[in-house]
Amino acid sequence: MTAGRAPLLHRLLRVRSPAESGSWRANGATRRIDHRAPTTDSPGLPPTTAVIALENVSKRYGDVVALAPTTLAVPAQQCLALVGPSGCGKSTLLRLVIGLITPDTGRVVVAGTPMTRATCRQLRQRIGYVIQDGGLFPHLTAAENVTLMARHLGIEQEKIERRLAELAELVQLPREFLARYPAQLSGGQRQRVGLMRALMLDPEVLLMDEPLGALDPIIRSQLQNDLKRIFQQLRKTVLLVTHDMAEAAFLADEVALMRAGAIVQRGPLADLLDRPADPFVTEFIRAQRMLPAEAWAAEARP
Amino acid sequence: MSRVLLAVVLILALAPRAGAQEVAGGAPRVVVGSKAFAESWILGEALTMLARDAGADAVHRANLGGTEIVFEALRTGSVDVYPDYTGTIAQVLMKATGRPSLAEMRAHFAPLGIGISDPLGFNNSYALAVTESTAARHGLAKVSDLARHPDLRLGFTHEFIGRQDGWRGLAQHYGLTHLRNVRGIQHDLAYRAIESGQIDVMEIYTTDAKIERLHLRILADDRGFFPRYDCVLLYRLDLERRAPAALRAMLRLVGRIDERKMIRANALVELEKRTHQEAAAALLREALAVEQRVEARNVVREIATHTREHLSLVGVSLAAAIAVGIPLGIAAARARWLAMLTLTLTGLIQTIPSLALLAFLIPLPFLGISPATAIVALFLYSLLPIVRNTYTGLTTIPPALLESAEALGLPPTAQLWRVHLPLASPAIMAGIKTSAVINVGTATLAALIGAGGLGEPILRGISLVDSALILQGAVPAALLALAVQWGFDLLDRWVVPRGLRLPRAE
Repeated sequence: MTAGRAPLLHRLLRVRSPAESGSWRANGATRRIDHRAPTTDSPGLPPTTAVIALENVSKRYGDVVALAPTTLAVPAQQCLALVGPSGCGKSTLLRLVIGLITPDTGRVVVAGTPMTRATCRQLRQRIGYVIQDGGLFPHLTAAENVTLMARHLGIEQEKIERRLAELAELVQLPREFLARYPAQLSGGQRQRVGLMRALMLDPEVLLMDEPLGALDPIIRSQLQNDLKRIFQQLRKTVLLVTHDMAEAAFLADEVALMRAGAIVQRGPLADLLDRPADPFVTEFIRAQRMLPAEAWAAEARP
Repeated sequence: MSRVLLAVVLILALAPRAGAQEVAGGAPRVVVGSKAFAESWILGEALTMLARDAGADAVHRANLGGTEIVFEALRTGSVDVYPDYTGTIAQVLMKATGRPSLAEMRAHFAPLGIGISDPLGFNNSYALAVTESTAARHGLAKVSDLARHPDLRLGFTHEFIGRQDGWRGLAQHYGLTHLRNVRGIQHDLAYRAIESGQIDVMEIYTTDAKIERLHLRILADDRGFFPRYDCVLLYRLDLERRAPAALRAMLRLVGRIDERKMIRANALVELEKRTHQEAAAALLREALAVEQRVEARNVVREIATHTREHLSLVGVSLAAAIAVGIPLGIAAARARWLAMLTLTLTGLIQTIPSLALLAFLIPLPFLGISPATAIVALFLYSLLPIVRNTYTGLTTIPPALLESAEALGLPPTAQLWRVHLPLASPAIMAGIKTSAVINVGTATLAALIGAGGLGEPILRGISLVDSALILQGAVPAALLALAVQWGFDLLDRWVVPRGLRLPRAE
């Protein structure tokens, strides 16, 4: 029964891909500038170096286990999506990676450097962090938000300006929006600025915590297209938290499904669909409403 | 963020220097004090004139509130000489139960370095008085007659109500403890109240000039309760060494002022709206045949001076409160225990009545009767709104923004300056504004301890029952409060980042 339904789910998830639907955005996925993708580094091949590594990391708050001892490695230039129901520990895992919370056991290694109290500030400059609604500082303009850290580091103005222009083009934010304050931007624009800020120092690692969670469906799909393009273009190592399986499928090379502070299964989506490690995997994927109920019923009929 | 810092520096720089009036080269400095009623003030002026004529650099700290405050100032050396009354000295300062002689008083105060002159000549006793019509209606002639009229409304000064030689002792002595309708009221306002029929009985000083004009009937002290209140000078004994000529000049008043002369001088101020200087000059002319040149009043210059003094008090205290309050608020936002401590402490200070706080501060070293004391008091009052608002502003920053700053890799100091303080700046500015406006009002009380400011014409106006004089202080004070409010509203636009003043697009 379960096995019979799996290819259907697989197909449904693919149908959702905006790149294939064509009508989402006139100039969306077609405007890829530079692929730079090394031919040897396609998804599915075993990783050579782990840029993000968790070694037996756990975290608990009192009696509540936020993250059971977890070992996880994300290879260079790969995008791993952490998916799971609310409170499953996916955001905790992300915040452990950037050192906003310290693990009770084990250690986090980013780009070969253990994340410690002493190294965290240096290390964070090599990590871009994007959260829901952008987390922009309301007292700074978009440009000031993006360049805050660079200016603090004393990088020369000319270099900063150049990078700013480059990033604005990358995320397709019109230049005039750079002078605006977050309160004067739409949700989608704020998210683009948040992404610019995360990318400003050209980090190796990008951490995204429900980056599109607060957006309406149309803006959301536009940004998904843009994100996919940017991922492919920049080849960052990405850890993406989302509760939307379709988004994970569209953006990530691999998916890690979490439940109650533990990773239940990790692998390419096809593996999760075809060889679920646990009934929960199928249950969770099936619970995602891909299409209106009628379409689902029509597709499900043989 | 640098703007907030700049604004603070600006406020610090603009705050005029207060209390910087220590001048005069070789001339010995003599500080004359006086209490907050016309007679004491006139005598204080007269003493100042005599000391100045004798070559001293004499200043008069007038209107220093009650006996305790002036005496404390004398004991701690911020005042060198002031006039007081034997009955008061015995009851209030010595807490004597009997009636000590002048010799006994001198023996008591000599160890404190304080001397007492011989009587100046007049006895300014306490007495109870009613209007003629009240006297006629109830058949009142003596204090003991009051026992038959327990429903009479009594209006006494707070000092009189509390003193053993005042209402407490009097009620016991005459068996009047069943008279419960007693209200505390400032002495000069009591005259207004009795005139308009709001109270029936008040205590008077027998040299008050208004007794005659208001046709008050003095109730005879038929069971001999009130002691004598011979006016004497209390002075620091070291004056004999520091300013012998000035002391000698002031002591010339001994035995030269009888009741008639004092009442006449009081009448000049209380009834004829002359200045205290003019009354003092008239008194000296009559008592010692000494001529004094008295400057005519210049209202504009007076207002300007008082406003400047007022601004100094507010500016210096506010600048200090900002310099201390914001760091305290930042520290409180970081440590829970410190937050509890500072917010409780500053809140506690806020509940201390301003007069009490001033009285507590006067005995402290380096303070005394001076603008410094007023500034310290205002500073303490300004702390709470600034500390609390800084704390609240910092602790209510959305966690997502705190994490964003942290995740960028900004070091803690940079986070504070570039993110936390700018985000908290609207709250911090609101706190400073609250403190400033409250300060402008509270600073009027500085006049109670002789620190000047716009409270001075107000106090003087109250004691002279002169509404014009009260308005001369009250109107500029109100305008100043408004100006401060507007000034800070303007400063807000400059200090608070524009992005925080925008309505959200969606």
